[in-house]
Amino acid sequence: MFSRDTWIEIFKTIQKNKLRTFLSGFTVALGIFIFVSLFGLGNGLINTFDKFFQEDATNVLYFFPGKTTLPYKGYKSSRRIEFENSDLADIKKNFPMFLEYVTPRISRNLLVKFMEESDNYTTTGVDWGHQYAEKTIMMKGRYLNVEDIKHRTKYAVIGRLVEQDLFGSKNALGKYLDIGGSAFKVIGVFQDDGGDREERGIYVPYTTLQLIEKNTDKIDQFVVAFKPELGYLGAMAFERSLDKFFKDKKFISPKDQNGIFIRNVADQLQQNQQFARVLQIIVAFVAFGTIIAGIIGISNIMVFVVKERTKELGIRKALGATPREVISTILLESVFITTISGFTGMLIGIALLSSLGESLSENYFILNPYINTGVAIFATLLLVLFGAVAGYIPAKRAARIKPIIALRDE
Amino acid sequence: MIEIKDLHKSYKMGSNTLHVLKGINFSVQEGELVAIMGSSGSGKSTLLNILGMLDVADSGEYTLDGVPIKNLNETKAANYRNKFLGFVFQSFNLINYKSALENVALPLYYQRVPRKERQERALKYLDQVGLKEWATHLPSELSGGQNQRVAIARAMASEPKVLLADEPTGALDSTTSYEVMDLIQKINDQGNTILVVTHEDDIAHMCKRIVYLKDGVIVEDKKVKQVRASKYV
Repeated sequence: MFSRDTWIEIFKTIQKNKLRTFLSGFTVALGIFIFVSLFGLGNGLINTFDKFFQEDATNVLYFFPGKTTLPYKGYKSSRRIEFENSDLADIKKNFPMFLEYVTPRISRNLLVKFMEESDNYTTTGVDWGHQYAEKTIMMKGRYLNVEDIKHRTKYAVIGRLVEQDLFGSKNALGKYLDIGGSAFKVIGVFQDDGGDREERGIYVPYTTLQLIEKNTDKIDQFVVAFKPELGYLGAMAFERSLDKFFKDKKFISPKDQNGIFIRNVADQLQQNQQFARVLQIIVAFVAFGTIIAGIIGISNIMVFVVKERTKELGIRKALGATPREVISTILLESVFITTISGFTGMLIGIALLSSLGESLSENYFILNPYINTGVAIFATLLLVLFGAVAGYIPAKRAARIKPIIALRDE
Repeated sequence: MIEIKDLHKSYKMGSNTLHVLKGINFSVQEGELVAIMGSSGSGKSTLLNILGMLDVADSGEYTLDGVPIKNLNETKAANYRNKFLGFVFQSFNLINYKSALENVALPLYYQRVPRKERQERALKYLDQVGLKEWATHLPSELSGGQNQRVAIARAMASEPKVLLADEPTGALDSTTSYEVMDLIQKINDQGNTILVVTHEDDIAHMCKRIVYLKDGVIVEDKKVKQVRASKYV
């Protein structure tokens, strides 16, 4: 059945029936190509989502002050809420079992000078934990530590682009910078996956910043990181108890939605992952729809091919071809064409995906589209298999037709 | 060579049954050249198809070269056709995308003859019908007479016991018809058994024996003096 002779016969038939070969080959190649591309682009979309949340830690709650909208306990509405150092201390005292770290963020846009060079940079007063909240990566030197906060040192950690802007090719470590009129020693340079904006930032101890600003104890906003083992439900519960604690402490009505704002990254991540998953299901659905359309296409072509060849098959039968030989003539040819063209379509699709890379990430939110090779091969084999099944049914019928009927002149 | 006894065949046409063969008794010896004649609807093609195992009889006995032909499944019929029979059709029935040589070699392919030998034998038979130089041409590049000669070469290539020709000259003009009949006579001269279905009197008289069919029965079966086709060529 699989002798060299059989294959020569198949090759000859394929060569001499180019339209037929092209039709069935093209259907399969196109089906697989679209499947691979769609599936890959869907994965690229999910990559973008993942990357978006990988830039920062996901086990954190961001606290922002707001303005009350309801009067409560003798306080009028429209009161501006402020956070201060004692709030941080209270969290550490009351929720030690949930807490990983807590860090304030006091952001100022300050003029920064070094020798002749100067520019405005966002300078943020933070605690040591901020490194983990932002996933800041140290290129050289070190980040701020507990001692720096405690002793209100005039140390600064600067972004990669700040060093580039102010120091050029020189090393910034150990140099002194003029930040908003005070001299800070550079103890570290960082990079951040968050992009240029984040790498044009400077971190200093929040206590030092407060000291410069007339020894205030106000803080703009703060970040609370909980232990990752709390999980999603634990994080939600922790958020609720913190919300209740602060509404109590700051005399905000429990019904007031605007006194304090809490951004729960874990919750957002959960929602976005769900969104991405739904998106993936839709993409997979469309992609498999393409495969099914391909299967229907190849089935139609096979029916047509067998119909077209009825007379030829009748001749072959009259010359002594057994039904088995008739069926294998048709099936081997169809499986051969669909396999070759299926894998061609698959490879073109994969090549397209890998050539895209990051080029679509800017405008279309598709990053590094890819398809699992196993999935691609599975889809291709599925199409080949169904092409064969679809060919088998008419082939079997054709093999059963009496040669006399097949040979009857139209 | 061929023995048939009380052969019946009917076709269902909707609610009516058309009784085509109503008890045919008939035998052919080795080396005979028999013409089966009759008007259309007389059952001559049906008889040939049953002899060729392209169709099955309802009842009756059929023995071919001592082998009883009955209870055939498709595979068995295919093997017998391949081994015992060669066909020539009115409309040639060549495979249009294969060259003359490949068409002639096709029955040998189904006999599992190795490729090289297949080519050699096919070429030998093409030479016999005088078309050696046309071996690589497609049927569409050949004339009707040439196509029929390719078909005869194909029928002979498997070295069958019996050659069955269904109106072999039906689609040809008279000159070409005589050429084809000349070829058939020459093949018969080599000792091959041949049955020719025709409705043309002159073609029938180029055979050695004529069987007349009418309404599904044999009305006359006579030996005739063979007219050599070479006279007219």
